[in-house]
Amino acid sequence: MSVEILELNQKRRGQKDRVEYLNILFSETYKILFLLLPVLVSVAMIVWLDRRIWAFVQKRKGPNVVGPFGLLQSLADALKYIFKEIIIPASSNKIIFILAPVVTMTLALVAWAVIPFSEDFVLADINVGILYIFAISSLGVYGIIMGGWASNSKYPFLGSIRSAAQMVSYEVSIGVIIINVLLCVGSLNLGDIVLAQEKIWFVVPLFPMFVIFFISALAETNRPPFDLPEAEAELVSGYQTEYSGMMYAMFWLGEYANILLMCALGSILFLGGWLSPLDIFPFTMIPDPLWLIIKILFLFVLFALVKAIVPRYRYDQLMRLGWKVFLPISLIWVVLTSGYLMYFDLLPKN
Amino acid sequence: MPAHTFFFYIFSLIAIVSAIMVTASKNTVHSVFFLILDFISISCLFILIGAEFLGMIMLIVYVGAVAVLFLFVVMMLNVAQQKNQWFGATSGSKHIPVGMIVSLIIFFELLIVIGGWKLKPDLTNDFINLSTSGVTNTHSIGNVLYTDYIHLFQLSGMILLVAMIGAIVLTFRQRSGLKRQSYISQISREKNDGVELVNVKNKAGVKIDV
Repeated sequence: MSVEILELNQKRRGQKDRVEYLNILFSETYKILFLLLPVLVSVAMIVWLDRRIWAFVQKRKGPNVVGPFGLLQSLADALKYIFKEIIIPASSNKIIFILAPVVTMTLALVAWAVIPFSEDFVLADINVGILYIFAISSLGVYGIIMGGWASNSKYPFLGSIRSAAQMVSYEVSIGVIIINVLLCVGSLNLGDIVLAQEKIWFVVPLFPMFVIFFISALAETNRPPFDLPEAEAELVSGYQTEYSGMMYAMFWLGEYANILLMCALGSILFLGGWLSPLDIFPFTMIPDPLWLIIKILFLFVLFALVKAIVPRYRYDQLMRLGWKVFLPISLIWVVLTSGYLMYFDLLPKN
Repeated sequence: MPAHTFFFYIFSLIAIVSAIMVTASKNTVHSVFFLILDFISISCLFILIGAEFLGMIMLIVYVGAVAVLFLFVVMMLNVAQQKNQWFGATSGSKHIPVGMIVSLIIFFELLIVIGGWKLKPDLTNDFINLSTSGVTNTHSIGNVLYTDYIHLFQLSGMILLVAMIGAIVLTFRQRSGLKRQSYISQISREKNDGVELVNVKNKAGVKIDV
C-alpha cells in the first residue's frame, strides 16, 4: 500500500516538475528577449554613433539625413542589406560559408547573458561569469576563420589567418589582466567583482592594467588601429570580401555587439559596473543600469576616437606589442599585485 | 528530474556522434570542426554535473586555443589535397594495427579506473579531502591544487615550459642579412638630422650619402 502511494506521489511530482519546467522556460525566454532586443537596437545606434564621432573628428558631418540627426541611418542600412541578394561563391564550402556569420553573431549575443546591469538585474548569475565571457570571446575567432576558409579565396583566407593569430595573442594578455582583477576580488562572479569596487574602482589602483586592457580589447575586436584582418588597403576587406547582403550585415552586427561587450566588460572590471561614482544625492538619483550604460558609452566613445585618430599598425608591430610588451608587463603586474596583497594581508578571504 | 536527464542524453548524443564524425568525415577541416563540437558538448556535460569551472576551462583551453591551432595547421597544410597519397595508397590497412594498439591501451586504462571505482566508490576520498560544503568548486579545486598538489602542479608547468622551449629551438634559425628596425632610433629622429635643405646647381645634381 505504502509503495503504491509512494509511486503515485512520484508520478505527481514528475508532472509538477514538468509544469514548473515549462514555466521556467517561458519566463526565461521572456527575459532573454527583454535583454536581446535592447542590445540589438543599441548595436544599430552604436554604429551610427561610431560614424558620427569619426566624422566629427575629421570635420565632416557624417550620416545626418535619415531621421533626426540621422539616427535612423542604421535602420535604412539594415533594410538595404535585407533586400540585397545573398551571393554564395560557386567554389566555396557552402555550409561553413553560411554558418560563419551565424556563429559570429550568436556568440556575440550569447555572452550578454551574464552581464549584470544591477545587483539583481542579471539573466544568469553564474559562479564563473568572467570565465564564461572569456570563453565566449575566445570562441569568437571561429566565425572569422570559418568565413575566411569557406570563401575559398586568397584575401579572405589571409585575413582570417591574420585574425586568428591576432585574437589568440591578445586573449593571453586579457586573461592575465583579468587575473589581476580577480586577485583583488576573490570570486569569479561578475556581481561580486562589481561589489568589490564599492570602496574604490579598480581603475585607480590598477590603472596601467586598464590601459592595457583597453588596447587589448581594441585588438581583440579587430578595431582600428588593429583592424588588420580586414585591412582594406591590402586585403580588399579581409574575411568579409565574399559576403554580401544579410550575411555581411550579420558579421557587422556581431562585430559591434562584441565591441559593446568588451566595453561592458571593461566597465565591470575597472569602472565599477553599475555603481555610481559617489554615493551622494545627485548621483544616487540615476538608476543602476543607467550607470553601466553611461560607462559603456564612455568606453565606446574612446573606442571611436581611437579609430579616428590613430593610423593602422603593421602586422609585425602588432605581434611585438602583444607578446613582447603587454604580456610581460601584465605578468609583472600580477606578481606586484599578489605581493602587495600578501604583504598587507589584504587577500580576500573565503 | 526529467529535464536534466533529457539534456544529458542530448549532449552525450552530440558528443558521441561528433566523435565518430571526426574520424569518419573525409574533409580534414570538417573533422576539426566536429572535434570542436565534441569539446563543446563535453564541456556542457561538465557543467551539467556541476563542475562549471572545468567546463569553462575546457572551453577556453581546448576550444579557444588548442583547436584554433589545429584548424590553423590543417588549413595551412591543405591536407585535403594530400588525402589520395596518404589514405588512398595504403587503403587504410596499414594504420589499423597501430590504431588497434592505441585503442586497446586506452580501453584497459579505462577498465582499470572504472573497475577500481566500482570496487571502492570512496577510493578517491582517501587521498583527496575536498570540502565541498559551502564553497564553489573553483575554490575547492584551488584549495587542493595549490596546497596538497603544488609539486605536481609545478612539475606539469615545467614539462610544458620544456616542451615550449624545445619547439622554439627546433624551429628557430638565425638568418643573416636581416634588416631590423630600431624603434628608439626611429622615434628619436628629428627634423634637423632627417631633412636637409640643399641649393641644387643646375645640371650638377646632388650627391646623396646614406
